[in-house]
Amino acid sequence: MEHRQEQSSKATGARKDFIRIRNVSKHFGDFVAVDDVNLDIGKGELFSILGGSGCGKTTLLRMLAGFEIPTAGTIEIDGHDVTNLPPYERPVNMMFQSYAVFPHMNVEKNIAYGLVKDGINKDEIAKRVDAMLELVQLGDFRRRKPAQLSGGQRQRVALARALIKKPKVLLLDEPLAALDKKLREHTQFELMNIQYELGITFVVVTHDQEEAMTLSSRIAVMDKGRFRQVGTPKEVYEFPENRFVAGFIGTINTFRGRVTAINEETISVHSDELGLSLPALGKHAVEIGQEVDIAVRPEKIFLDRDRPTNDEDTILQGVVDDLGYLGNRSLYRIRLPGGRIIQASSQNRRRSVTRFLEWEDKVWVSWRPRSAVVLID
Amino acid sequence: MSSAARANRDLLWQRVAIATPYLWLLLFFLVPFAIILKISLADPIVAQPPFTPSFDDEGALAVSLDNFRFLLTDKLYAVTYLRSVVIAGIATLLCLALGFPMAYGIARAREETRGLLLLLIVLPFWISFLLRVYAWMGLMNNHGVINNTLIWLGIIDTPMQMMYTDFAVFVGLTYSYLPFMILPLYATLERMDLDFVEAAQDLGATRTRAFWDVTWPLARPGVIAGCLLVFIPAMGEYVIPYLLGGPESLLIGRVLFDEFFVNRDWPLASAVAVVLLLLLVVPIVILQRNQARDAEGEA
Repeated sequence: MEHRQEQSSKATGARKDFIRIRNVSKHFGDFVAVDDVNLDIGKGELFSILGGSGCGKTTLLRMLAGFEIPTAGTIEIDGHDVTNLPPYERPVNMMFQSYAVFPHMNVEKNIAYGLVKDGINKDEIAKRVDAMLELVQLGDFRRRKPAQLSGGQRQRVALARALIKKPKVLLLDEPLAALDKKLREHTQFELMNIQYELGITFVVVTHDQEEAMTLSSRIAVMDKGRFRQVGTPKEVYEFPENRFVAGFIGTINTFRGRVTAINEETISVHSDELGLSLPALGKHAVEIGQEVDIAVRPEKIFLDRDRPTNDEDTILQGVVDDLGYLGNRSLYRIRLPGGRIIQASSQNRRRSVTRFLEWEDKVWVSWRPRSAVVLID
Repeated sequence: MSSAARANRDLLWQRVAIATPYLWLLLFFLVPFAIILKISLADPIVAQPPFTPSFDDEGALAVSLDNFRFLLTDKLYAVTYLRSVVIAGIATLLCLALGFPMAYGIARAREETRGLLLLLIVLPFWISFLLRVYAWMGLMNNHGVINNTLIWLGIIDTPMQMMYTDFAVFVGLTYSYLPFMILPLYATLERMDLDFVEAAQDLGATRTRAFWDVTWPLARPGVIAGCLLVFIPAMGEYVIPYLLGGPESLLIGRVLFDEFFVNRDWPLASAVAVVLLLLLVVPIVILQRNQARDAEGEA
């Protein structure tokens, strides 16, 4: 998957600022929905804007589509300023969260709609509709009305309808939110395949971190109208830049502490709560005595019955407070001596009916210094 | 109570609930209609009641289609029916042209203000219908508010003749029946997902184009309901043309009234009513069959 994403950005010549968003703000009365945002999206990227409800992601998407005009700032697509263009004059199409498939037109007419509005001749329209029907595998349903289709089929109509005009950018508003889990996984890969095949730049808005992680080449994490981090899924997950991103994406254990030593390759942070020094790998812009958080993902934590021997690691002892078996992996909540509960997870590599750990078992908890993330703000 | 008894009771209530509207229709529509139909097949006599019985002294059936034949031979009736259709039709279109933007505006207003705006639409119903028509007479009179104001402003020298014209009838009909157009339109538009309009614009339709491609066809059920609610009562309207219209603006409601109460020709009046009903029912049935077919295509 990763390999393919790299390839696709290479194949398209990788214009890094295909979409240029500069100092864009949107105010609704006193409410600031989008607050002075800057962003470049490359050609052929599958870019996700991730955030909770009310974070401004939908407003940003609607400004890209032309349904909202920014209060300040400019938006350029492929070198052209589109900031004030109405939706029907933009080289952009959108797949709505509700799909918005016209209920009074059949599948064929829905898909052809954009071309008919452009005054394309009939033969050309028929040809392109056929190609789209094949792409989304709805050839047998061309005369059906939307009410006669399943949710997944309606979504494919919406996708085909948005793609038929060969837009420079396709906007997708929560594309998988209305689908059930099985269909969602299938559709996710289908979307990625279509994006790869057509090389169109996709901008996805979603509140679902898993969706953003698997789909995208890059993610922008948004909160209160601003981007908190922009990066690849790996960067955002493994190297969160702040507490918000660390907490929003995945689960993470954090320990408050003060910086006690800054070495060549590591820093040490003393946690009063745990009563020990926590080493973290990497250079950080911190000072001695500064208050920071050390954060560790549950899957980076090792659980052992015997004390681990690697002295560089952070090693703690605790008791199993709760555990959950999820099939492929198990989740543990470990109670530390101070009463603090941390989360750990492990793959269930061995097939067994007996559990490796039981409730109230004593367990050694450890992690590598390089697994520890330093969070400053 | 045992569960069987409860089930029985529920079933009984269910039947009562279903039967009530049918009973209502039977009592207040079908029975009166049957009586009117029976009278329309009789002959007028000077008696009480003023029509011949359906069975003669020997018990044989004594009905005739003479009244209906008369409706066909005297051109007055055909012309009046046609005039009524045209006037009611124009009034319906006027209501639609005025009501659609109003319903659209209310449906797109902020949720808190919608209730208030709807209240304003139905507020006139709190005042007697007749009073409101008289108020229009006061406005449109030769020495009424409108003419006086225009003369005072120097826009006209002599009063415009508004009262006792078709214009006044249209004003009256449109004013009186506008709420019946707005309410069903509002119900349809309020439910409509704005995403459809935005999707059309996103795909290259201007605002106007998107309206005709998406909003209008999706509002069709509301348009049809509103038009029927205006057209049907406007067709048989008696008071408005009588009070506001001129002597020459003879509509079928007036003819009906005159036949019943002035000429005391109950059988002919009944025939006029039966034909009026058929004129209204036939298009509605066709429309409904069309809609049912559309719904089938969508289901």
